[in-house]
Amino acid sequence: MSPAPDVLIVGAGIVGAACAYELSRYGAHVEVIEQGTAGGGATSAGMGHLVVLDDNPAELALSKLSLELWRALAGSLPTTAEWSDCGTVWVAADEQELQSARAKLDVYRQHDLSAEVLDAKALYEIEPHLRPGLAGGLLVRSDAAVYAPVAAHWLLEQSRCRRTHDSVASIGERGSLTMADGTVRGAGAVVCAAGAASYRLLPQLPVRPRKGHLAITDRYPGLSRHQLVELGYLQSAHGESNQSVAFNVQPRSTGQLLIGSSRQYGEEGSEVDAEILQLMLRRAFHYLPSLANCNVLRVWTGFRAATPDKLPLIGPVREGVYAATGHEGLGVTTSLATAQLLTAQICRRQPPIPLAPYLPERFHA
Amino acid sequence: MPETFLIRCDGRSIQAQTGHSVASALLNAGITVFRQSVNGQPRGPLCGMGVCMECRVTINGTTHQLACQTLCRDGMEINTR
Repeated sequence: MSPAPDVLIVGAGIVGAACAYELSRYGAHVEVIEQGTAGGGATSAGMGHLVVLDDNPAELALSKLSLELWRALAGSLPTTAEWSDCGTVWVAADEQELQSARAKLDVYRQHDLSAEVLDAKALYEIEPHLRPGLAGGLLVRSDAAVYAPVAAHWLLEQSRCRRTHDSVASIGERGSLTMADGTVRGAGAVVCAAGAASYRLLPQLPVRPRKGHLAITDRYPGLSRHQLVELGYLQSAHGESNQSVAFNVQPRSTGQLLIGSSRQYGEEGSEVDAEILQLMLRRAFHYLPSLANCNVLRVWTGFRAATPDKLPLIGPVREGVYAATGHEGLGVTTSLATAQLLTAQICRRQPPIPLAPYLPERFHA
Repeated sequence: MPETFLIRCDGRSIQAQTGHSVASALLNAGITVFRQSVNGQPRGPLCGMGVCMECRVTINGTTHQLACQTLCRDGMEINTR
């Protein structure tokens, strides 16, 4: 029987893997428990878009820090992680949206981030297949994309953590958890990094599954060169409506295109919903008409871990039990910064940015 | 009697007949490489019944058409690159 680990992480998605990586760097003996395939949940269902979002200062701080950490790792990742410096073009449909692109630019500049506002001419020069009549956009060159399941595997390998393929039934008190077969395990700390499934392990966490659909096409190199997102995306992402779609397309290095995005609350089944898929694809055709002539090879769904205030839960839930979940659509982007904030708390070190906005205790009455 | 006509593949004229699939016409002409995989490996028809997706060619400018599921038409332009 080997000694109990310092930290038991539940979930080997990108967040759990990043936490294992970071904790190991500080000398912690880590074990990661995953019931399925490492990186096989939302990590592989999503696009792997590494994007700075600026809806509120805390989201901006976390995504900005994480982008810097991703950039520092980019050169070390295996080529199969398909790092892509695709950047993001936030597409402005009309003059009003172009105004919001300018406002976004101001926020970026205040935080030493570079971006450029594109007028219509500049937009069509870099993305000629967008539909005519758009007003312009905002180009963020420093955003990127990564094939997250490979990145998760790589982070786990680097951490040299112990990996256990098993199911956890519940997380208890003081660094203890109960496995599906009834075995009780203990550690210095338990970290719940189970994404949308986190509420089953820790029912008090305010995490709800938010279903998403993605489609991938055959190879059409050059149809888009940047990750293309409509400026209205943030309304879809940060709104509370039960069902929404937004135009969000990512060019893969193979020439394939990932087409998103949809958001649904209250859907527990993983089946493809034809109605919302149709809405999502129509939205995409509306911005990138040539997509309508492309072959879609596969459609799938995944579940984001959504919180009421759209910020993740990073920190203690009770003594010896920590959360690293609730990232909704930003889990891949913010995984590395999440890991630093979690590690700062477990290893009692100075965090790189203030912890308060992400602490689970903000939801305690 | 089936009608005989010409189609073109990568600039080369090939004889085809009414009712021939593009895949059969190309194979009859000795063309076995229909496309390149992501890693640059040669690909050609495997299942011949529209399932394996290996026989995709560009037909009259439209990419990724299944050669085994498309009937030849007079003057069709096929591209395997």
